[in-house]
Amino acid sequence: MQSETKSRVDQHTSPAGHNVTVLRFEGDIASTSKDAVLGAYQALPKATNKLVLLDFTKVDYINSSGIALVIQMLIEASNSGQKVYAFGLSPHFVKVFTMVGITKYAQLFPSEADAMAAL
Amino acid sequence: MNPPKAISVEVRLPSRLGFEKVAMSTASAVAKLMGFREDRVEDLKTAVAEACINAIEHGNRLNEKLSVGVVLSAGEDELEVKVIDDGKGMKSQPTKPDIDRKMHGEEDPRGMGMFLIQALVDEAEWVAGTNGKSSYVRLVIRLDKEAE
Repeated sequence: MQSETKSRVDQHTSPAGHNVTVLRFEGDIASTSKDAVLGAYQALPKATNKLVLLDFTKVDYINSSGIALVIQMLIEASNSGQKVYAFGLSPHFVKVFTMVGITKYAQLFPSEADAMAAL
Repeated sequence: MNPPKAISVEVRLPSRLGFEKVAMSTASAVAKLMGFREDRVEDLKTAVAEACINAIEHGNRLNEKLSVGVVLSAGEDELEVKVIDDGKGMKSQPTKPDIDRKMHGEEDPRGMGMFLIQALVDEAEWVAGTNGKSSYVRLVIRLDKEAE
């Protein structure tokens, strides 16, 4: 019933010359998304992926279990010296991410261009 | 003139994760018909989804022989949603998640559903069933006549 979560990894260089790993999600982010969210993140070599940018543009539904997966990723990233950013959230999910405190540990941007310009 | 009669819509969901989206869609359709703003509809959708997930996971313990009842009652200026399960009801009250404690492993990363429900609607109450069954959460969102 829950739509399968897909994830894809792109590597980019920001205008400032930093390597940015873009993790793009598609579908629902819920309890069934562990492999697509945490698994995809954990497959990235920590030493060479210091800036991780999450793309939620094609995500329609995120529930509290999905938010918990994002928090688990932030914990691992913090422990590995990585910084996590995100873009493409709807105004509602920007509000929800802010309410639960995620924005303290992952800066949100309206678009990929805004994020890349800042990184 | 007689007062307008509340309109009721009922949905029964199997106790399987993912079916909360059926309740979300129904609540969204009713709220839109009532004239709620899009941002309030989104708040309601998340609150209803989290209430149904709690009912499926904690109330009915994923037992597919049990169903979750969702009753939407549309009044003149408010929408009430009851999500009913066969559990004993929630023992805890919603608490605001502490992201710093979560990040330091002192608090479970999960467990934000009740907080989100309470934060996103105008009223939320958790009622335990009298015989350890038919517990429900009752949510209310109100039309803001100035802003809608």
